[in-house]
Amino acid sequence: MTADPDGDVLLRVEHVRKHFPIRKGILLQREVARVHAVDDVSFELRAGETLGLVGESGCGKSTLARCIARLYDLTSGSVIFDGRDISKLSRRALRPIRGGLQMVFQDPYASLNPRKRVGTIISDPLRIHKQGNRSEIKRQVRRLLEVVGLSPEHVNRYPHEFSGGQRQRIGVARALALNPKLIIADEPVSALDVSIRAQVINLLDDLQDELSLTYIFIAHDLGVVRHVSDRIAVMYLGKIVEVSPAEELYRRPVHPYTEALLSAVPIPDPDLSEQREHIVLEGDVPSPIAPPPGCRFHPRCRYATEICSREEPPLVEHGPDHLAACHHPLSFTRATAAGGQATAAAGPPPEDQV
Amino acid sequence: MADPLLEVRNLKVSFRTEDGTVQAVDGVSLTLAEGETLGIVGESGSGKSVTMMSVMRLITDPNARFEGQVLYKGRDLMALTQEQIRGIRGAGIAMIFQDPMTSLNPVYRVGWQIAEQIQAHDKVSKQAAHARTIDLLKSVGIPHASERVDDYPHQFSGGMRQRVMIAMALSCNPDIVIADEPTTALDVTIQAQILGLIRKLRDDFGTAVVLITHDMGVVAEMADRVAVMYAGRIVEEGSRRDVFYRPQHPYTWGLLGSIARLDRPKPRRLATIPGLPPSLVNLPPGCAFGPRCAYRFPACAQTPPLTDKLGNGHLDACLLDPQAKKDARAGATPPELVEDAT
Repeated sequence: MTADPDGDVLLRVEHVRKHFPIRKGILLQREVARVHAVDDVSFELRAGETLGLVGESGCGKSTLARCIARLYDLTSGSVIFDGRDISKLSRRALRPIRGGLQMVFQDPYASLNPRKRVGTIISDPLRIHKQGNRSEIKRQVRRLLEVVGLSPEHVNRYPHEFSGGQRQRIGVARALALNPKLIIADEPVSALDVSIRAQVINLLDDLQDELSLTYIFIAHDLGVVRHVSDRIAVMYLGKIVEVSPAEELYRRPVHPYTEALLSAVPIPDPDLSEQREHIVLEGDVPSPIAPPPGCRFHPRCRYATEICSREEPPLVEHGPDHLAACHHPLSFTRATAAGGQATAAAGPPPEDQV
Repeated sequence: MADPLLEVRNLKVSFRTEDGTVQAVDGVSLTLAEGETLGIVGESGSGKSVTMMSVMRLITDPNARFEGQVLYKGRDLMALTQEQIRGIRGAGIAMIFQDPMTSLNPVYRVGWQIAEQIQAHDKVSKQAAHARTIDLLKSVGIPHASERVDDYPHQFSGGMRQRVMIAMALSCNPDIVIADEPTTALDVTIQAQILGLIRKLRDDFGTAVVLITHDMGVVAEMADRVAVMYAGRIVEEGSRRDVFYRPQHPYTWGLLGSIARLDRPKPRRLATIPGLPPSLVNLPPGCAFGPRCAYRFPACAQTPPLTDKLGNGHLDACLLDPQAKKDARAGATPPELVEDAT
């Protein structure tokens, strides 16, 4: 997948915040605290590009996706999609825009209504948006099934008659029904087995080429994200800590969290996995109710100094198109020496062929 | 070779269902030596969990039928009574389950749950069991163990709960720990912590580990030997290096090829295994992977035995001759498919 670097900006996310209030009391429902799920996130997405969004559970990546799709109302900030600020539009005003911005969900078992036939599931968006009469919709559904690699004969089946990978294809067909420009895929392959995962990734890849789609691809599997993305944003506790072109992120991580995340991924190569250094982060991700002051990563960071607990580092440039928020950014030499994956990615594939 | 600690001989497990007989495990034989780590990999439904659950005699479904032997220190576990097997569970062979959210009882304090097991196997006082529980929680890296021992499972994070599960598994000093997808529900950084912990405890106590997983990366990091399962059978088994560097079965090739890897230049497209795993109801004879295999030939209509074709303890169930495999592997990834990562 190659993006046109001069492509038009399709989506601009500006200072988006989403806080969930925690209320107590029966009548007054007084707000006692807030979960800072997404805190001041900004980025741009060009048409035809794939942005990978990675981070651990609870870092706010799914919340961010739902804010962009306006499945949640924002606490503050704006989302400019296709030149229009959609962050404050009413439900009714949003409706014509929703067709251009669709989502594919994680769980292929929970995201399809078990009582509806596949044909109905895929045609619902067409009917709601009044796209064509009955026979046109019918034809369109059959075409969509073919596009995602299912047989058009399957329109009258129920979701339970399909395997996980096939269900995810149905989810993709539903998302494609209204010819969207942007598809937000929230962990679309996490629930699938490896061999099926590769099939669905290749499908998404082909669809992007054929239909010139723009993707936001959320996953916690860093290998998958590297494979599909042009650029990658790493989130930690509601904030983007690093954004970079995909290959660059793996070769030269600047933020210590990215470095640790990469080194934690098990590599299916016994020798390599013994050689490289494993950075094991201590403890758990802190609670987003009371995130640590200063840099949110500092309690787990091995490079942290006094300033890190005091001042929040801004997201600044560390190379072309490569932003990171850290007081002690990893320099090139340090990243190579410490990470190991940088050299691994650049070196020739180890001998594993018979 | 000394007598293995655990030996599974031609284990078959089938379930009677409305649609017919599901042959979940079809003639699996395995050995586990003392202190060894065996990785069992395969996709959902390949029978890896059912195999180990059967070893522990944890399948109580009245529709299940078992055949074969499971020898633990020379005793056949399949022939024991429920009473006898309870003496082995926990004390001889312990299990760590995938989901730490559901495998702890939410209404009991974690310390109570661990102490209960200690008291069930050893004649010790309540106080002694409590003290041992605190030591165990300390050894699995739970901070402030003496206070947290009285917490309920919901007060722990996912990674911490998995540590509690590990403490529980270790409470009676078992010879074997069976870990069924111990890190699948966890984030990568927490996974790294837990894998490190399992590795450390294995080295400290000399426990043999059976690690069930679908993640080839985890196996590469942890296992001494690897068994690859497909449709209820082992299709390949060998040392970790043999399986990863000289895989012999086309299914293993596919499995290794379809991973998006961080340690290689990015391929333009991921290799895929076409089709779906077969239904295990009335599986036809022959190689179960045959219908998805690019190297299928007429002989595949017969069920291939798991044999040592190379004479070095690296077993595989593929009828292709080693030279043909070598050629097939060499041609499997044409260099032009690999996108230059620069």
